[in-house]
Amino acid sequence: MSDARKYPAPVTNPETAAFWDAARQGKFMIKRCTACGEAHYFPRSICPFCYSDKTVWEEASGEGTIYTYSLMRKSPTGPYAIGYVTLKEGPSVQTNFVDCDLEKLKIGQEVKVVFKPTDGAPLPFFTPA
Amino acid sequence: MTIKGKAYIAGIYEHPTRHAPDKSTAQLHAEVAKGAIEDAGISKDDVDGYFCAGDAPGGAWPMVDYLGLNTKKLRHVDSTETGGCSYIIHLGHAAEAIAAGKCSIALITLAGKPRSGVMPPRAAGAELDFESAYGATTHNAYGMCAMRHMHDYGTTSEQLAWIKVAASHHAQYNPHAMLRDVVTVEDVLNSPMISDPLHRMDCCVVSDGGGALIVTTPEIAKSLKKPLVKLIGHGEAMKGPRGGKDLDLTYSAGIWSGPRAFEEAGITPKDIKYASIYDSFTITVLMQLEDLGFCKKGEGGKFVADGNLISGVGKLPFNTDGGGLCSNHPVNRGGMTKIIEAVRQLRGEAHPKVQVKNCDLAIAHGTGGLLGVRHAASTAILERV
Repeated sequence: MSDARKYPAPVTNPETAAFWDAARQGKFMIKRCTACGEAHYFPRSICPFCYSDKTVWEEASGEGTIYTYSLMRKSPTGPYAIGYVTLKEGPSVQTNFVDCDLEKLKIGQEVKVVFKPTDGAPLPFFTPA
Repeated sequence: MTIKGKAYIAGIYEHPTRHAPDKSTAQLHAEVAKGAIEDAGISKDDVDGYFCAGDAPGGAWPMVDYLGLNTKKLRHVDSTETGGCSYIIHLGHAAEAIAAGKCSIALITLAGKPRSGVMPPRAAGAELDFESAYGATTHNAYGMCAMRHMHDYGTTSEQLAWIKVAASHHAQYNPHAMLRDVVTVEDVLNSPMISDPLHRMDCCVVSDGGGALIVTTPEIAKSLKKPLVKLIGHGEAMKGPRGGKDLDLTYSAGIWSGPRAFEEAGITPKDIKYASIYDSFTITVLMQLEDLGFCKKGEGGKFVADGNLISGVGKLPFNTDGGGLCSNHPVNRGGMTKIIEAVRQLRGEAHPKVQVKNCDLAIAHGTGGLLGVRHAASTAILERV
């Protein structure tokens, strides 16, 4: 069902352009602060934890576990499952779960990133590992 | 510095409509403003402070002009926008302005018609590209909270259903309520699943309408004819995923706004006789009751079960107008009606079947935005004088 959905192209901006450039190469990027060591998502130039501007791009493993989810039963494009994935690197990210039986999702389940095309840069989604 | 006792709610008005295809949104604002002004027994030309949120067409200055407020006198405006709890935040801000001498009679309005028209989309923040494609709605954002709360604390759909059951017991006495039938736990569980684990009856109504308040100084309130209701504590807070660190969707910003309000009021949750708790969904109520300290975190399910929220039956009568779950959720924003029913209870003007005896302390609490994404919360504690 979710494959039938048409996803909006990211608008992008100077702060996040590198994320979308990497996504075109199938890489899922997070930001890490070299001052406090914390990783965060979505990417910011100033660390939201210590306010250092020494943040750097880091390719994430793309692996994580489902923190929570909800299966939306009705929508114009059919059912879809929104949720949060807690990445191995620490941050939790909002996403949709795709390419799987949405009825069988479970909190704690291991998932991995998968990119879906748009008219612009591809968007990250997650699917059971 | 405190706002404790510095401001009184002298006028309240809830629009009786729940469906208004034949009215404009600005018109509904004017009708609720007129209603609250008449309830207080003042003139619209006395208003010197105006508060509105994102539902007011064009914002504060077009509304001030449209409403015909006295611009020679009007000297304070505030258009803080925090979704459904905006009006609880406005109440606190009005008290701050009154305490500081910046205005003496504040008007707060809410109105709109999501049931008969299309609501404009929420403005996106910096998260736009990283979230908008995933289709977060109110239903699934609150569903995500409920799912994790069940996982962490064993909360059940039956327990959530008791919140709707209690609201329906109250709504049967409200002639304006959209849904007046008393429902059972089974009814809720048998209603269609909307966004797991929330059923249709876990969700509030969609209604046109609105409400308004008049907030004023103690001196002016005492010169008017209505029973005296004063604000004795107020809190506001915000919460979001904050870079995705230590994500925990089982609590709301109410864990910060609540204690701030109780501390200012100098009371504890045990002292509260009546609670207006924002009920966009059943899970919203359960989490907020925990966050405000009416029970421990994780024990909300047990707390709400078996009619504990039903007036005359349980220990904490809540939303005695039927709340958003059964009566009214004007403009998809429940904060205003939460304050209004709390004032009715303190005045002794609630329906006799749901009026709490000797109701001298009440709380009105709400959230705005999406509990499972980013949101605001605000808490007001009110006392009958």
